[in-house]
Amino acid sequence: MSDVFLRPPFDNLARQHRAVAFGMWLFLVSEVLLFSGLFAGYGLYRGIYPAGFLAAGRETDIVYGTVNTAILMTSSFTIAVAGRAARADLGRMAWWLLVLTFLLGFSFLILKGFEYREDIARHLLPGSDFALSQSGAQIFFSYYWIMTGVHAVHVTCGLIAVLRLIIVSRKNFAWLSGSASEDATALYWHLVDVIWIVLYPILYLVGRAHG
Amino acid sequence: MDKRSPHREIWFRPLLVWIGLCALLAATCALAYVPLGEANFPISLCIAALKAALVGMVFMRLFENNALNRLAAAAGPIWVFVMFLLMGADYFTR
Repeated sequence: MSDVFLRPPFDNLARQHRAVAFGMWLFLVSEVLLFSGLFAGYGLYRGIYPAGFLAAGRETDIVYGTVNTAILMTSSFTIAVAGRAARADLGRMAWWLLVLTFLLGFSFLILKGFEYREDIARHLLPGSDFALSQSGAQIFFSYYWIMTGVHAVHVTCGLIAVLRLIIVSRKNFAWLSGSASEDATALYWHLVDVIWIVLYPILYLVGRAHG
Repeated sequence: MDKRSPHREIWFRPLLVWIGLCALLAATCALAYVPLGEANFPISLCIAALKAALVGMVFMRLFENNALNRLAAAAGPIWVFVMFLLMGADYFTR
């Protein structure tokens, strides 16, 4: 069974799994640096326009933001348990947990879509008819749209990767424990969760106590 | 051996972390409405860092991983710190 998953240049599956995890960690670090550039820009502009950022932060929808945070953290939990189940040869349980992870991730995107629709209706898209007059508020919302947009692209990529696991292993649950794909996909999905955990306070909690 | 032990092993630690994450989410959301002046933002960032560390250590298994992966994972925060340090050195000395 293990020979099916073995790829050159590796001579055993354990080493192949370690190499995949290490490669994935290096990729994740590059992703962290991508988002860090955005965080740095946000931090600088927040320093220049503190009042505008506080006023703009109050306009994001904290209900959508908080519910979506809970959804993404729960999906991170389900995929973490899925990996543990796969390694314990509980393939069927792992497969259903991956399905649950996919559904949670998909519902995150659906809610984000509803939130974007409301944001647009309230004229929170930077441009000539932007709703807020404080200087710096448009810059805050530029970061809001870019950061949540880039994050949504990552969620979509993660969902495609999770869906691939579900489809490939649907008739052979043991595939989840033999292949290194489950571990790599789970690592990526957790990073998507970690990025959102940081986005939540800087986009949704700003200015709430200053109303 | 207890027949249910694999399930307990699989669920126990992640479940504890998930409960912790939910508690921290509730705490950070509630604290955001408490007027603490300049302290609101750093407190919410510290809670976010704690949540991210929990996900990294337990869900991403850095706790039980090999040193090579821990080193790779540590490279992210280290270089982010350097970037913010250099940026701050420029911004705050102008």
